[in-house]
This record gives sequence, structure tokens and C-alpha cells, in this order.
Amino acid sequence: MRSGMSGNPSRLSMRSGGINLKIPKGQFVALLGPNGAGKTTLVEMIEGIQKPDKGEITIMGKKWKGNEDELHNIIGLSLQETRFIDKLRVSETLLLFAGFFNLGKDRVNEIIKIVGLEEKRKSYVVNLSGGQRQRLAIGIALINYPAILLLDEPTTGLDPNARREIWEILRNLKEKSETSMILTTHYMEEAENLCDYIVIMDSGVILREGTLSQLLEEETNEKVVEFTAENGLFNNYIHTGQSPFKIHPGETKEKGFVKLKDFETELPAFMAFMKSNNIALKHMECRRKTLDDLFVSLTGRKINE
Amino acid sequence: MSRLLRFSQLWQLIVALFREIIREPGVLFWGILFPILMSLGLGLAFTKKADVTRKVAVINSREITSTVTPPGVVDEFLKKSCERNSSQEKGSWQWKYVIIDEKLGNSIFLFYNMPWKEAMQLLKRGTINVILIDADGSVEYHFDPMNPDAQLTYLKLGTLFGKGELISEHNNAEIKPLTVSGTRYIDFLVPGLITMGVMMSSMWGISYGIIEKRSKKLLRRLVATPMKKSHFLIALITVRIAMNFIESTVLFLFSLIAFKITIQGDISALIVMFLAGNIAFSGIAVFVSSHTSNTEVGNGLINFVVFPMMILSGIFFSYQNFPEWSLPVIKNLPLTMLTDGIRSIFNEGAGYHEVALPIIILLSVGALFFTAGLKIFKWH
Repeated sequence: MRSGMSGNPSRLSMRSGGINLKIPKGQFVALLGPNGAGKTTLVEMIEGIQKPDKGEITIMGKKWKGNEDELHNIIGLSLQETRFIDKLRVSETLLLFAGFFNLGKDRVNEIIKIVGLEEKRKSYVVNLSGGQRQRLAIGIALINYPAILLLDEPTTGLDPNARREIWEILRNLKEKSETSMILTTHYMEEAENLCDYIVIMDSGVILREGTLSQLLEEETNEKVVEFTAENGLFNNYIHTGQSPFKIHPGETKEKGFVKLKDFETELPAFMAFMKSNNIALKHMECRRKTLDDLFVSLTGRKINE
Repeated sequence: MSRLLRFSQLWQLIVALFREIIREPGVLFWGILFPILMSLGLGLAFTKKADVTRKVAVINSREITSTVTPPGVVDEFLKKSCERNSSQEKGSWQWKYVIIDEKLGNSIFLFYNMPWKEAMQLLKRGTINVILIDADGSVEYHFDPMNPDAQLTYLKLGTLFGKGELISEHNNAEIKPLTVSGTRYIDFLVPGLITMGVMMSSMWGISYGIIEKRSKKLLRRLVATPMKKSHFLIALITVRIAMNFIESTVLFLFSLIAFKITIQGDISALIVMFLAGNIAFSGIAVFVSSHTSNTEVGNGLINFVVFPMMILSGIFFSYQNFPEWSLPVIKNLPLTMLTDGIRSIFNEGAGYHEVALPIIILLSVGALFFTAGLKIFKWH
């Protein structure tokens, strides 16, 4: 991989089993995969509480062993489902963590502003909503101006509004700081919306990686045409080679899709082919390719199944 | 990093953990009010002599044959000295006799006239514990000799009408109740309540606090910062000792006012002993909670440590009644050691000389368990 531009030494580099990652300054990387893909294990390795079976991880050129104190100072972390002290106020919780980095009230106030918890600064943690709690967790992760920010499923279980608020915080961060971020998620939109570089994982190995446009092969300009046909007749043409189009099966017997590069010539030809074989179309929809399509083509199933 | 900064981090942790505790309203009740209520309840129950009612069944075997033979002792006593119940309702007493006794508490005797069969039934149910039979010229007492309460009823009745002749109410001038402070039950109880409080608060407060924070992944989050690991545990222990100190002081002050309890020994030795006990149990608590992140398992572990000591260490009643062979073990349990030490300072006027050894042992126990616990401690 090769996302590291020359002259920008990687902040995090990891080689372990099937994984080989280099993350340069300011880059946001998404680890995308379903539950059980090994994202959390990867996070624990980066966090330094699990040793890679083989290979090594270096952060800012340093390994964990012997450099714990130093690395703890430059990493920011938000774990899945961390709960802080219930009866501590938001500002007190931040102050506690700021203290570990020898930072004080000024930084706490900055963070409260960054994560938009001004109105909740005096609230007990236990009284925060799920989204507010997650924003607090991200605030704590950001408190030490981390060089590497590690977010494990930051928006899992949140409603769409709360999710967008968190994306907003992270987008602002990208604009204003040089923090590199690694985010695990099983939401396609999250990876697409926030990250420069996407790593698709399943069962502990990397399936594909690259920028969004690299992954979707946008240069080839492929579009997806999904259709619903009245009878299952078109199924006869799947994998037979009798059709000029490669027809993929859909979710039900009546559904299928084809990938087309040139709409103007290929779409009428496809329609004509269907008609000449007595396949009546009930519904048809054209859209661009998504990460979901990619994941299905790689694993044969949808990411959130 | 400078020592000052390190200290300020520790201070932040202490403040945060202290806030966590005092903001929980239950703490006020269980930590402070509950021990007071317990001392009040037990103290009153065992120090104030309440009136004791003793119910006795009387079987008059001679009633059928009566006229010729002289009236029995019991009969005579009942008719001459007792108050007769005007109510003739079934199941109510027929005669009542009260021994007024300011020293030992009043005894109220209620006599029921009934046939043997019915009396046995009531005895089995525990309503009565002595059956009197007015035999020819003498009195027969039927009761379970293993029941101390029945024995006491027998002895008291015996002083009223002996083996057959009526004895006048004896005077108990020779009884000198021990009410000097240091010898009463409450003097025995309060130091025990204090030490039990130390054990319970330390074990539940520290162990449960750690296990809960581990299961919340808060420990993992904390050690992902440059926080010093030992600082976290030291802060947790400091906060707990401070809370224990407050709770114990409140309990002591209450006992001072309500029961005039006194500390006869060296107060500074008492404080050192108290601290040593706190440190011992804090160390044990860290050890107990060093591994599990499951609160149910934690519950079991804590009970496993706490429960035997609560029963064996002589908190409520002296452990001297346990079998001889078990005493050396019991006496060396941390809670027994702490309780015996604190009691001897309270009630026997002990000082450093007497409690130095237990203090050293308790401190070593604490240090040992803390170090071992820290070594195997799981932060995530």
C-alpha cells in the first residue's frame, strides 16, 4: 500500500498477518467490515493491549514495548461502549483526563466547544443521551491533541442525527488539525463520508483497500442497473454465456442486476435483449456503484447482514 | 515528570472518586445512618431491661378429689398472692403475678389453668415453657432442661414457692448489676460495629468499585492515558479510608451521646490501629478484585471473604463459645485481630504496647495482598 505520500513519513505502520497498513499525517482511515471482521482486535493491537501474532506496529516510528508512556501521550482513544463515572459532571470528567496530560481548564473549555457540549457541561454523565456520551468520549480522546486518534465504532447504535453530529465534529477536526485517524465502522456511509482511505476487512484479513474512487473503480464509470422482472425467466441467462450481458442474481428470484459502462448504447441493447427473450420488466433503477456492491461482490453477502 | 504534577494527578483522581461516592444518596443511608440504627437497635435491645412475660400452665390434678385434702401450694399461692383475671374468655390467663425488679427487669407471670393435653400442645408451640402440677404437698415442674428460658422460669418460680412451701419474695440486694462503661454489651458491640464497617466498606467499596469500572471498560480507558496505574488504586483506597473514618467517627459520636461509651486507652493508638485495619482490608480488596470483570463473580468473591469473618470474628457475640480447636484460627483472622485490638483500647485501656503486634501484622497483610494484587491486576 502505498497511500503514504513520499516525504510524509507514516504516523502509524503495521504489519501483521494479512495486514499491512501505513497511515500518514492527517489521513483518515476507515476499517470497514461486519461484526467479527477483526476490527476490534486490530484496534487493540494499535492500542497496545494485544500483541500481533507476528509482524509489528510502530507509531511515530516507535514500538509499544518500552515506549508506553510516550505513546500514551500521543494517542487519543474512544472505545466501544466505554462508560465514565456516572455521577461526575461533563466538565469534571474532562478535567480528570486533562490532568493526566498536565492540561487544565482551558483545554477542557476548548474541548467542550469542539464537541458541542456547552449546555451539558454541568450535567452528570449518567444523564447524557447516547449521542452526548459518545461526543464526550470523543472529546476525551481529543483532549491531548493526539497525533493518532483511534475511534472504535463511534456511531454504532446512535440515531441518524446524533451520527451526523459526530461526523461534523470529525470533519472539523480534519480541517483544523493534523491528527491522523483510524475509525472502525460497519456503516458504509461513515467510511465514504469521512475517510480518505478505506480498508475493507472480513474474518481477520484485508479484502480491498484504497481511496473511495479507487475502490469503486470510478475511472471505469461503471453503473448498476437493478431490475425486477415479472417471471424468473432471466435466471436462465445467469452464468450461461448465452447473454451478451453479465446478469447477477438479486435478493429474490425476480430481481437481478447488470453493470453497464456506457448507458447510451448498452442500456437500449439490454432492454432489447430482455424484450426479445420475453422477460417483462416491472421495475428498473440505475445508480452508481457503492461500497455495499463491492462488499457483496467480494464476500457474497451484505455488510450488515 | 515533576513530583508536583504527579501529586496533582493523584489529587484529581481522589477528588473525582470522592465525588462519585458522596453524590450517591444511598451512601448517606447505608454508610452513616444504618450503622447508627444498628447500634441503637442492638444497644437498646441488650442494655435496657424490658419486662419479661412468662406464661405457665397449671394443672390441678387434685381438683376432682379436693375437699378433704388441704389446698396445694400452688393453689394457695395463686389464690392469695395473684391477681385474678376478671375476663373469663377462653384462652386468657387466670392469674397474674408480677415481680417488680429494677435491676433485672420486671417478670410478669401469667398462669393458665388447663388439662395436660392442652398444656403439652402449647408447650410444643412455644407459647408456654413450663407446666406446673400441684401434686400432693409438692410442686412438679415439667419443662425441657435444654431450654435456658424454661430453666430461668423454673428458677424464678422456685423462688416463689420452693418445693412446696410458699417462700416470701426474696430480696436481691446481693445482685450488683455491672453498668460501669466498659463492661456493658454496648461497649462490646460498638467497637465491633466499627471494625465490621471498616471491613464491609473496604471490601465492597474498593472491590466492587474496581470490578464495576473494569466491566465498564473505564479501567482500560484510564490506562490508555499516561496515568500512573498505582495512582488509581491509591486514590481509590484513600477515598475509602476517608469515608470509613467519617462513618466510624459518626458512629462513635452517636454512641458517646446515646450510651456514654468511652475510650479508656490511647486514642492515638486507636487511630493507628484503625488505619492499619483499613490498609489490611484495602489490600485484600485489591487482591480480590484483581481479575474479574463480572460483577456476579465479584459478589461471590467478596462474600467468600467477608462472610466467614463476620460470623467468626466475634462482632456481635464473643467467639469464645466456638470450639477450642478453632480459636487459634479465629483469633488470627484480620477482622478478629482488628476487633480485639480496637476493643481492648476502648474497654481495657490498652495502648501501643498491647496492640503493636496486631498493627504490624495488619499492615503486612495489607501490603502483601496489595502488592500481589497489583502484580496480577487486569486493567482490560
